[in-house]
Amino acid sequence: MALQPTIATPNLDAGHAIALLRDMVRIRRFEEKAAELYSASKIRGFLHLYIGEEAVAVGAMRALRPEDAVVATYREHGHALLRGVSADSIMAEMYGKQEGCSRGRGGSMHLFDAATRFYGGNAIVGGGLPLAIGFALADKLQHRQRVTACFFGDGAVAEGEFHECMNLAALWKLPVLLCCENNLYAMGTALKRAQSQTDLSLKAAAYEIASWPVDGMDVVACEEAAQRAALAVRSGEGPCFLEFRTYRFRAHSMYDPQLYRDKREVEEWKKRDPIATFQNRLTTQGVLDDANMKRIEDEVASEIEKAIAFAESGTWEPIEDLTRFAYSGEKPT
Amino acid sequence: MSPDAQKVKITYREAMRQAIRDALIRDQRVFLMGEDVGAYGGCYAVSKGLLEEFGPDRIRDTPLSESAFVGAGIGAAMNGMRPIVEIMTVNFSLLALDQIVNNAATILHMSGGQINIPLVIRMTTGAGRQLAAQHSHSLEGWYAHIPGIKVLAPATLEDARGMLWTALEDPDPVLIFEHGTLYNMEGEMAVDAGAVEISKAAVRRAGTDVSLITYGGTLGKTIQAAEQLAASGVDAEVVDLRTLRPLDTESILDSVMRTHRAVVIDEGWRSGSISAEISARIMEGAFYELDLPVERICSAEVPMPYARHLEEAALPQASTIVATVTRMMGGHG
Repeated sequence: MALQPTIATPNLDAGHAIALLRDMVRIRRFEEKAAELYSASKIRGFLHLYIGEEAVAVGAMRALRPEDAVVATYREHGHALLRGVSADSIMAEMYGKQEGCSRGRGGSMHLFDAATRFYGGNAIVGGGLPLAIGFALADKLQHRQRVTACFFGDGAVAEGEFHECMNLAALWKLPVLLCCENNLYAMGTALKRAQSQTDLSLKAAAYEIASWPVDGMDVVACEEAAQRAALAVRSGEGPCFLEFRTYRFRAHSMYDPQLYRDKREVEEWKKRDPIATFQNRLTTQGVLDDANMKRIEDEVASEIEKAIAFAESGTWEPIEDLTRFAYSGEKPT
Repeated sequence: MSPDAQKVKITYREAMRQAIRDALIRDQRVFLMGEDVGAYGGCYAVSKGLLEEFGPDRIRDTPLSESAFVGAGIGAAMNGMRPIVEIMTVNFSLLALDQIVNNAATILHMSGGQINIPLVIRMTTGAGRQLAAQHSHSLEGWYAHIPGIKVLAPATLEDARGMLWTALEDPDPVLIFEHGTLYNMEGEMAVDAGAVEISKAAVRRAGTDVSLITYGGTLGKTIQAAEQLAASGVDAEVVDLRTLRPLDTESILDSVMRTHRAVVIDEGWRSGSISAEISARIMEGAFYELDLPVERICSAEVPMPYARHLEEAALPQASTIVATVTRMMGGHG
C-alpha cells in the first residue's frame, strides 16, 4: 500500500493549517522586503535570510509558551517575529533606529526582546548554547516548568561549546529544547566537508539526549516533533534534540556569490519549498482557496508596509547616548 | 565597624569562604559553580565544607568545560539567578573568553539596555608558586580592556571578605581576580567585616614623596618596599587600585598631585598593559605636576618560568621597587 501523504495528520484542522501557512508567508515576505531594503541601503551590516527554512521556526515556536525562553542565532528574523516581537520594532532595529527592539545597538543579528523572552540574536556560532544551558539551569533550580528553546545551525556542531553543552544538558537533565537547523552549509562549508559524522542527531544521542531527525521542509512534521519534544522537556525528562533537515535558498548573507554549491542543488531543494508544497496540499485538500490565500498575502503585506513606515519615521539615538548601556546606571570611564 | 570592634585572626582564603557562605545564606538565587568547587573543596580550598552545608545544587561541580559553565552562568544570571562562577586560574579563563567577551560584556548594550547580567566570575591569578607558564600569568589587565565588565582585585582580608557581596549586588558582570599567593595571607579582621564599596582605590600607606600604585598580589611587596624606603627617609604613598575597571583615575591623580612622582607596579607584562594605561592617565591628567617621568615595574616579557630563581627574576620584587624609587629620589630628592 502506498504511503499516505503526510498532510493526512488527523488533528490538523483547517484553521490551524492556515495559521501555519500564514506564519511561513509572514517570514518569507518580511525577509524578501528586508532584502530589497538592503539593496536600497536602508538596511546595512550583515543580513542573513531564512528563506527556505521557515517551516522549522514556525513548527518549533508553536510548541513554546510565553514563560519559555528563546535563544536564537543571527538568522533570527523569523523566530523573533513568531515569538511576538513586532515587525515594527524588528524593521526599526534593522534600520538602526532607537525604536528598534535593541534600540539600534544590535541590528539584524542581535534582535533582543525581554518582554517576549527573546534572548538574541547571537552571532558567535555555538555561543548561544551555553546561555541556553544557563537559562534551563536557572529554571530547574527554581523549580519552574519552563522550556528554553535554543536554535543553532549545523555549523555549531563543529564548535567545542556544542559538545560541552550537549554533555551539560544531559548530565544535569536540563529543560532545554535543542533545535539544530541543519541547512547543510556552515556559511560556505558543506556539512560533508566539515563533519566525519553527518547524521547530527547521532551526535546528541551519543550524549544520552533523546534526539531525532525531522523533515525541516514540512511544517506539520516540524510542529509535531517540536510539540512532542517540548512536552517531554517540560515534564522534566531532560533535554531533547531535534535535527531539522532543511535548506537555505538564498545566499548566506548579502555578499555571497555562492561559489560553493551547484545551482541545480538549490533548484532541487526549491521543489520542496515549505510554503509552496504546504499551500498545494491545502489547496488540494480543499482547505485553502484563492480568496484565503489573497487575504493572507494582503494582511502580511499590510503588516510589512506598516513596519517599513514605522522604521522610516523612527529616530536616531542621540550621539550623547553612545556609551549608555555599556554598564547599567552611571557611565564609568 | 567601630574602632574597638572585636577582631579575629583569619586568612584570605577563609575571608573569601565567609563571603561566599554569607552570599549563599543571604540570597537563595546565589549558587557557586565551577571545577572542583564541591567534592574536592575548591582547588585552593576556598569552598571547603560548602558542599556539605549547601548541597550539590548550590555548590555545583562542573566538568572541565569552561566555556559552557561560564556561559551557563551568564544565561542563569539573565534568567534571574545570581551565580558565582569559579575558574581555577586566569589561564583557564581563556577557554571561556568567548563567553566573557562576546556575551557577558556585550549583551546589556547589544540589547539596548534590556538585559542585565548580574554575574560574578572569580578566578586565581598571578605567579610566585613555581607553576610555570600555563598557571601563573596575570591577565586581569587584559580583561580591564573590555567595556561592559568590571574587574576587581582584592588584596586585603577586608576586600576578600567584602567585595563579593557588592559585586553580586551589581547589575553587571564582575570579574574578581584573587592572587594565588594571597590565600595563605593571615591577619586580623573585624568580626563584623562586611560589604565594601568597589569603585574607589585606597591609600594603604600615606606618604608625600612618591606614589606607588599597585593592586592585588604586588600590594604586599609594595608596602614592604615602602617600609624599607621609610627607613632611609623616603616617605612613599601606596595606592591600592582595588578595581582595574572602571579605574579610579581621580584617586590616582589625587595622590600623584601630592607626591609629584609615580611608580606603577604590576605583575602583568609591560607592553600594552594596565600599567601603560595608568601611566597614560597620569600623563593626561597630571603631566605638569610630575617632577619625573612615570616609572613602571612589571613582569619580564617572557612566559613565566618554573625555576624559582628565574621566576623571582621575572616578577616585580620589593628590592626592585626600592632601587627604582631610590634612583628617582637621588636625582630630585
